[in-house]
Amino acid sequence: MKSIFFIGLFIFSVFSSAGQTAEDIINKVKAKLEKVNDYEAKGKMKTNVIFIKAPIANVKVYYKKPNKLRINNESGISFIPKGSVNINLNNIFINTEGFDIIDVGKEAGTNLRIIKLLPKDENAEVVLSTVYVDELQYVIKKAKTTTRENGTYELEMTYGKYAEYGLADKVSFSFNTKDYKLPKGITFDYDDGSKKEEPADKLKNKKGKVEITYSAYTINKGVPDSVFK
Amino acid sequence: MWKLLKIELFKIFKRPRTYIAFGAIAAIVFLIQVALKFDGKSYVDLLMSNLSGSFEFSDEFKDKLLNGYLICFVILNTLLIQMPLLVALIAGDSIAGEANMGTLRLSLTKPVSRTQYMLVKFAASVVYTLALLIWMAALALFGSMLIFGTNDMVVLRSEGIEQMKDFDVLWRYMAAFGYAAVALTTVSALAFLLSVFAENSIGPIIATMSIVIVLTILSEMNIPIYDKTIKPYLFTSHMVAWKGFFYVKADAEGTTINGSIENLPAVLRSLGILMAYIVLFFSTSVWVFRKKDILT
Repeated sequence: MKSIFFIGLFIFSVFSSAGQTAEDIINKVKAKLEKVNDYEAKGKMKTNVIFIKAPIANVKVYYKKPNKLRINNESGISFIPKGSVNINLNNIFINTEGFDIIDVGKEAGTNLRIIKLLPKDENAEVVLSTVYVDELQYVIKKAKTTTRENGTYELEMTYGKYAEYGLADKVSFSFNTKDYKLPKGITFDYDDGSKKEEPADKLKNKKGKVEITYSAYTINKGVPDSVFK
Repeated sequence: MWKLLKIELFKIFKRPRTYIAFGAIAAIVFLIQVALKFDGKSYVDLLMSNLSGSFEFSDEFKDKLLNGYLICFVILNTLLIQMPLLVALIAGDSIAGEANMGTLRLSLTKPVSRTQYMLVKFAASVVYTLALLIWMAALALFGSMLIFGTNDMVVLRSEGIEQMKDFDVLWRYMAAFGYAAVALTTVSALAFLLSVFAENSIGPIIATMSIVIVLTILSEMNIPIYDKTIKPYLFTSHMVAWKGFFYVKADAEGTTINGSIENLPAVLRSLGILMAYIVLFFSTSVWVFRKKDILT
């Protein structure tokens, strides 16, 4: 009897979510994210950029509504990509009223709902955001944001114990990098004879990636503004 | 031998001009440290201008980047090109100075072989070179650590950036200074060799400076015809291999591997080439000196 009840509940929840409009889903995701006013999170950050060799860093990530975010390497140095404020998903929804919401359907294989957010403001920095929403948990699993000035950012999230707040356990942030080159007259490099092939093309306009694996969040306990200066 | 070495060292360190090099190094190090202490952020902006489109560089980042390890690297980058000239001041004077003063023949009347005499003279030049290097290490590394503190070290190469954790840096400096000692001894050996041919110390000093300058320019030029034919055999191409200790290995995802050196065999090969040059220069100078008709 009990099992029939749970099967019925499951079928009901699946059908009820399948029947939701994109606006409903966005509102539910947004409501979940709005539960968080601020947080302080500890994590490990891995930088993967073609021309940078960097160690894994212990970082603290601070967030405060509406769109303040800071990544601090407590002990060492970290190259923080521009646009890293976008790792906070609330940033996508700051102007929900200012977006046209387009339902693209479901992604084959993952069953994630694809929703496009087009800003109504023609001069907005963000040109287009595409979010891939898990309809069972109401969390964004993937997001692509195309900006006017700084290229396209891509986010991939993995959720765990903080899913009820829409906060990911792991965030992977991909961004465009510009080519890097310094004159040898400045660096006086040591040429060890092992010439690397295709350096010029390899270093040009490639994607960089930053991965943050969070170990703990402290949610809604207050974060001073001084952190973001 | 030991007594002879002590006499030679006494002669070197008794002369006031010996300390010109120590003073010059102190002045350069101090000037760089002051400049970077007060205007280091502009320097970082210049270095990072290439990356400012992709990354955020806060004041905190710049402060952390400008730590003692980076400052020392900047100083070494500048000074290790000039230091050979300072080393040549003493090594170039070693034999020619005695000839100029007319004391060479007198010195050789003592019951020591010419080979022993040369060995002692060269050893004294090497001790002076090491003293100069230790002085520079003390000021550039430990002085900068004291003034700027320590943090992760970032090394900028022409085609990439290397970052090391702070605990992984000091041993690299020790290795780099050890390597620099061999590199400067090579210059010392060259000046010592030229000193054998002259009877006035100005000649070998200027000749050594000229050779080092010309070969350094040749080593740094990117001309394909020289890259594979001449450059690998110039000792000046291998003098900058101390930097190899600051080039790290990374895994497939670009994460630095602590304690690693990107191309240790290449650094050791460069070290071997410099040692071969030392042996060549010194043995040639002994061979020439033994055959030389000493008239002064």
